[in-house]
Amino acid sequence: MNQTLSKENLAYLKEKSIEARRLIIETVFHAGAGHIGGPLSAVDVLVNLYFNEMNIDPQNPKAEDRDRFVLSKGHAAVGLYTVLAMRGYFPIEELKTFDALNSRLQAHPDMNALPGIDMSTGSLGQGISAAVGMALGAKLQKKDFVTYCMIGDGESQEGQVWEAADVASKYKLDNLVCILDYNKLQQFGWNAEGGGREIPVFEPEKRWEAFGWHVISIDGHDHVQISKAFKEARKINDKPTIIISNTIKGKGVSFMENQYLWHSRVLTGKEFNDAIQEIEMGFKK
Amino acid sequence: MKRVLSTEKVSMRDVFGEILLQLSIEDETVYVLDGDLANSTKVDTVAMKNPKKFLQMGIAEQNMMSVAAGLATTGLQPWATTFAAFLSKRAIDQIQVQIAQPSLNVKMVGAYSGLLTGLTGKTHQALEDIAIFRSLANMVVLAPADSVEVKKMMEFAHKYKGPVYMRLARDPYPVIFSQDYNFELGKAVTLKEGKDITIISTGTQTSRSLEAAEKLEEEGISVAVIHMPTIKPLDKKAIIRAAETTGVIVTAEEHSIYGGLGSAVAEVLVEEKPVPMLRVGVKDRNAESAPNEELLEKYEISVKYVAEAVKKALKRK
Repeated sequence: MNQTLSKENLAYLKEKSIEARRLIIETVFHAGAGHIGGPLSAVDVLVNLYFNEMNIDPQNPKAEDRDRFVLSKGHAAVGLYTVLAMRGYFPIEELKTFDALNSRLQAHPDMNALPGIDMSTGSLGQGISAAVGMALGAKLQKKDFVTYCMIGDGESQEGQVWEAADVASKYKLDNLVCILDYNKLQQFGWNAEGGGREIPVFEPEKRWEAFGWHVISIDGHDHVQISKAFKEARKINDKPTIIISNTIKGKGVSFMENQYLWHSRVLTGKEFNDAIQEIEMGFKK
Repeated sequence: MKRVLSTEKVSMRDVFGEILLQLSIEDETVYVLDGDLANSTKVDTVAMKNPKKFLQMGIAEQNMMSVAAGLATTGLQPWATTFAAFLSKRAIDQIQVQIAQPSLNVKMVGAYSGLLTGLTGKTHQALEDIAIFRSLANMVVLAPADSVEVKKMMEFAHKYKGPVYMRLARDPYPVIFSQDYNFELGKAVTLKEGKDITIISTGTQTSRSLEAAEKLEEEGISVAVIHMPTIKPLDKKAIIRAAETTGVIVTAEEHSIYGGLGSAVAEVLVEEKPVPMLRVGVKDRNAESAPNEELLEKYEISVKYVAEAVKKALKRK
């Protein structure tokens, strides 16, 4: 049915996703703070990047020709940290220092503090521009590395995202692959007509196409689709690619899914136990 | 002293464009980023003569600064250029988070700084850029007094690893330094000795301060002039020494009196060696578009106002 991923690889990635979700919940619970809904929506793509797609070496995190990743939605840092720890950039045990004084695991990623962080982010809209700079730097120096960047849908309200989109297209950065973590919720946002919350950015496909990007839409929790999208992106010439990754905020924990309040909230002891149980059991189906 | 203050006037931006062209030819890592003002800032020299090293970023300063950060992480040395007003105010969060905090090797040049921006008025004047950049950790802040110093500072910035902000003036200024002048980071330059009072000046206000000092000399007042090309890191020792030797200080800058050189000097004096001081600068006002000489008078930073401040300060000694 697909040649992109072997059965074994798919099972491996699914397992990694479960482990990452568990670590996200544990890390946030332990710190008593931190974003949770966003990391859970983004984590499958992050796992796929670091365990399948990217050309990286955790033993040599500054290698000149490594692929780059910029988490433009820096508040999903916990998601990235867990995947980096699992991949061997630093001990998994260190996740317990998240948000603590003197920790390398800052609330938002700090490129000078932690190995594996290619750009400091946290102030929205900026990461994608830095990714444009990295991709442009690769072109200018005739280097082959690919730059990946994940942005949020709430983040897409920042005008700078579209400044970056425009320049990336002008310089034909086909070595730049962005992923929109399209979980359709932001921290608070607008009331939707007829109840619920408004989607942060409508029709992203049309917007990115209008800026001259190659657009791929996928289910961002399906490793087969994620892998295929990356493969397609690498074949595109003269255009940057955006993968519209349709996701669910809080994915994997039923009481968090699609609930904007779980953008950033502390778990009670019972919620923690329920969440861990659900991830371990439910997700394996 | 080595003070020249010749009648020869050279524009900082012309020299800036030429030296940047040279650097872009000599060093393969040097790239120039423009926010669509190349023919004003004079980096069009690079666009014309070394187009491969010129990166047009369009009218989008925030993106330009973040792109510069990204380029720097790949081993390049980007020189990001636009007007000082836009660099310091439109893109300051990008500069802080992605350039200053990670201490990336990005050179930022703010053209058209200060009050005299060629009939463009308050939207294009930059009277806060020193204050803003000075408040960022890891930042080097430079304000050259003439075209020779621009060249020397650029040679320094090119060798220095880390973020540097340099503000430039639009119009030609008298040449103060000879070509053998040696710019040193964080070192004040005594341009004129004097016993009664010290003027500490920076940027374009240094030549006006020298002129004021000469006039005052004719009236029998002995004025020392110290030029402060580096506002950060600041030469504290030179300030304390001036306070000890002359006992009273006047600062002069083409900038707001809030947060700039005057504030920086006051901070040192208050903590280390309190002596009377007065600040010459724009006093908490928004300016306007008008010919240079009229602006200097109305906003009280002309030679006349520097001289008046000296006399006023002396009475407090």
